Parts: sequence; C-alpha cells; structure tokens
Amino acid sequence: MADLTAAQPTLGLTVHLSFVERNQKWMAPAVFLAPALFMFLVFVVNPIIQSIAVSLTEWDGLGPKEFIGLDNYRELFDDPVFYTAIRNNIIWLVLFMLAPAAGLAIALFLNQKVLGIRLVKSLFFFPFVISSVVVGLVFAWFYDPNFGILGRVLEGIGLEAIPVLSDENWVTYGIIVAALWPQVAYTMILYLTGLNNLNPEVIEAGRIDGAKGWSMLWNVILPQLRPATFIAVVVTVIGALRSFDLVAVMTAGGPFSSSTVLAYYMFEQSIFNFRMGYGAAIATVLFVIMGVYIAFFLWRMLREEH
Amino acid sequence: MFPTPIAQASKPINVAYRIALPISLFIWLLPLLAVMLTSTRSLTDITSGNYWGWPTEFALIENFSTVFLSTPMARYIFNSVVITVPTVAGTILISAMAGFALAKYGFRGNLLLFAMFIAGNFIPFQILMIPVRQLMVDLGMFDSYMSLIVFHIAFQSGFATLFLRNFIKALPHELFEAARVEGANEFQIFLKIVVPLVRPALAALAVLIFTFIWNDYFWALVLVQSDDVRPVTIGLAALRGQWVASWHLISAGSLVAALPPVIMFFAMQKHFIQGLTLGATKG
Repeated sequence: MADLTAAQPTLGLTVHLSFVERNQKWMAPAVFLAPALFMFLVFVVNPIIQSIAVSLTEWDGLGPKEFIGLDNYRELFDDPVFYTAIRNNIIWLVLFMLAPAAGLAIALFLNQKVLGIRLVKSLFFFPFVISSVVVGLVFAWFYDPNFGILGRVLEGIGLEAIPVLSDENWVTYGIIVAALWPQVAYTMILYLTGLNNLNPEVIEAGRIDGAKGWSMLWNVILPQLRPATFIAVVVTVIGALRSFDLVAVMTAGGPFSSSTVLAYYMFEQSIFNFRMGYGAAIATVLFVIMGVYIAFFLWRMLREEH
Repeated sequence: MFPTPIAQASKPINVAYRIALPISLFIWLLPLLAVMLTSTRSLTDITSGNYWGWPTEFALIENFSTVFLSTPMARYIFNSVVITVPTVAGTILISAMAGFALAKYGFRGNLLLFAMFIAGNFIPFQILMIPVRQLMVDLGMFDSYMSLIVFHIAFQSGFATLFLRNFIKALPHELFEAARVEGANEFQIFLKIVVPLVRPALAALAVLIFTFIWNDYFWALVLVQSDDVRPVTIGLAALRGQWVASWHLISAGSLVAALPPVIMFFAMQKHFIQGLTLGATKG
C-alpha cells in the first residue's frame, strides 16, 4: 500500500520509497531522541514533580501517604537543625569560593615550560580523580586527635590537639578543607586550559602598554579567562550545595547534627527516620535554592546560542 | 604566555622555581603519600603509634592480601566494574543519538529540550531520591546492579547529551548535505559520519563518566544494600567501621578503591581534561 502511493517519478525513473524513507526526515530526530528523552523524563523530570508532591504528605515509605498540606514546611521552619543545615550550607558556599581563587593561583604557578611540568600538572590534578570516600577517610585520619598529623603538629608548636571532627565549632570547617582539596584541583585544570588558550597578541599589546605583574593579570589576563572563571564558579557553587559524601563519611552530620547540611539532613530524615514527606520538603527547599543558580547558568548558556 | 616564561628570568629565580615545584607538589599530595606509606606499615607500627615516622618494617604484601582475603573487597571491585562499564556504554549510546538530533535537526522545542538536559545536570540528587528509590522497588530492581545502571544512564545522559550536542554542532554542515545527496539515509549518516568523527569526544566522555560512576557514593547508598551488589565506595566506608583504627588496612583498601580511576586518568589524560574543561575556553 505504501509502495503504491509513494511511487514518484524522478528523472524518468520510478523510485519506490518505503514508509521509513519517506518519513525519515522527521522521524530520524524523534527516533534518535527517544531513548535519552524517555530515560530522562522517567528518572529525572518525573521524580522532581513526585518529590514535591511527597513533601505535602506524611509518609513512612511503606504505608499509605497522608496529605497534610504545608505542615512539613511549617515544621521545617521551626526546626533548629534545619537552620544549622542552612547556616552550614552558607559556610560551604562562602568558603568554597576560595577554590576558584586557589585554582587560579596554582594554575599561574604551574603555567611554565620546564622539564617534567606536564607530570607535575597531572599530579596536582590527582585529588579530583579520587573518590570522595577516600578523601573523607584520609582527612578524618589526619584530624584524629590521637593518631592524626594535625594533633602532632599542634602539639609540636606547643598547642593542644583539637579533636576537629568532634568539636562543634570546628567540624564544618574541617570537612570543608577536605572538600576543597579536590575542588581546587578541578578549578586549577579549568584555569590551566584557559591560560593555554590566551591570545598572545593581546598579551604583547599589554606589555607594550606597560602592563605587567598584577596590572597585567587584572586588566589583560582575567578578562580573557572569563569563560574559565564562569565554569569554575558554577561547578564550585553546585559542588558546595551538593556536599553530601564527605559529611556522610566523616561525621554523619555530627556531633549532634552540628555539621549537617541540607543534602545530608534530607537523607537522614528519609532513610534513618523514615520521614519521607519531611525529607522531601528539605529536598524541595534545596532544589529551590539551587534552581536560582541553575536558571542563571541556563540563561548564560542559552544566550550564547543566539 | 602568562606568566612570563621563567626561562627569561634571572638564574636565582629559575633555581628557586625548580626547587619550589617539587616541594609544593609534595605538600599538595601529602594526604596521598601518607596513605601510601601507611599501607605498607605493619601492625606493630600501628599499635606502637608510629603513624608518621618511617615504617620499622614493610608489610605491603601482608596488608593487601588481608584486604583481599579477609574482606569482600574483590567482590566490591567486581561490583563496581559491573555497574560502571554498562553505564558508560549505555550513556554514550543514547547521548550520541540525542546529541545528534539536537545538534543537526531544527524542530520546535529543540532548544527547550537542550535546556532540560543542561538543567538536569545540576539539580541536587536529593530531589530525586525518594521517587527513584520507590520506582526501583516497584520495578523489582531495588538492591540490584540494574537499579544503579539504569539510574546512572538516565542521569548521566544529561551531561553527555550537552557535551556531544556541542561537539556535533561544530561539525561542518556540508558533510551532512553531501552524504544526503549521495543517498545516505539519516541512520547511515549517524553511523558512518557522526560516530567516527566524534570518536575523540566519545573517549573523553567515557573516561569522565567512568570516574563519576566509579566514585559515586550517594546512589549506591540509596539503591543497593547487600554486599553482593555494593560498589567499592560503599564497601570501603563499611570496612572502615569494622577496621576502626587499623589504618594500615584502611589505607590499603583506599588505594585499591582509588586505583582504577587513577589508571584511567593517566591512560587517557588528554581526553579526560578535554572533557572536563568543556566550555572553559570559549563563550
């Protein structure tokens, strides 16, 4: 049937086009897109909507869900641990901004052509490749007041060893230092790539105009590194808000929830306390906060498309 | 080049730079070096508190055989491989197709779909956790390799599609027109033109996704619970609870867990960095 209607005379020859051939122009992109789109809709987009719906219920994960409106959110805004988590997330965000700066500093330090520099650059990048579980274990050991090196060093200079991970005032900073290690490696590699692609003519022109050192860096180099800075800041913000692994591995949010962050508190409430609705409400708050950054990033990326 | 090449500076500065380089590297990698050294220590050193001095005797082989023989470490490694490899292959397959569709076909909603894939990349995992876990239970996949493989493919396809779409978009349009004139259909164009040309991007993506999935901790925590399917990140965290202060064993275990991505990184360094720095140079 398809053959009859599709028979078209071209250059005097009769070409029989199958259904697929006639329709491939619009079918092709649909077929190519279908698997990824299906997976993404089922496992990413739909769960977001469902999570928000769950946040309006009381649910232990097994029994029936009970609709309770905004009660979870009301409880959340009276929950001191929620504010601890928010405060810690802000500390993470602020201190994580050291990563682009430190990454740039190391990249500038390493951007030379001397023997073996390529190996040195790769080794500097190493922390990023290692699992955060390993990073967490290593730093937990460093901080241990009995057998850690930090305690030895502090005692060596006449101070008392600080039990970093069991001290409410230090614990979050201790975890952030551990998290900065791979993050700095990441931003460093972004800046090394950026430095590699600098326009030599612009630098020359800057030199002729008398720019050097700091003024050169500030007025000539940094503007050219803007794409690298943009990506570095984006991945750093996302990394800070996503912080989960190190908190889980190093302290499980303790002592007394003092090092918890939204991502971990949500997990704790849902998995350990079986409060899925409450957990979903925390996740929704985190999602809204991150949504602001995602929207900004999207706007920047899509603007380039036009 | 910025900063000014060190070769143009004075001799003392050159010497100072070459001395500073290994010292800074040593300090930067101190955590790793400490782990390596500790993985060779004997129990005697650990019990006598010699954590930071030179080991009194080397017990490298004993420690690593303890890790492999008296714990399920080998099984965890095997599980990580079983989870990671199909994820990488599956993600690359569906993302190359989707990337091609978004790069080379103009249709309504193209940019919207592209934006969706980008945004999906950055969302917090926690907003997906409860429904995805429930869905895996409903599908009978909870606590199986499949739950992690399927979810990772779905999530990673966001980043991979974004990556490949930009790469394919940069391919010259004439190439596709010429192939169409020659009578190639769209599927032949994908297989015979797109795939061979984006091979370097596929390699970059493969190493990157391999590392992400190998190091995943959160989803393994949420979607699997038995030792038969747990990947090495969870296994290591669990072993730490058993070993308490046996830091020589924890160190040896950590090295085992960290090694595959490190090897991958060194073997495919150029591709790896190319993948990671996408967008850092232009735009």
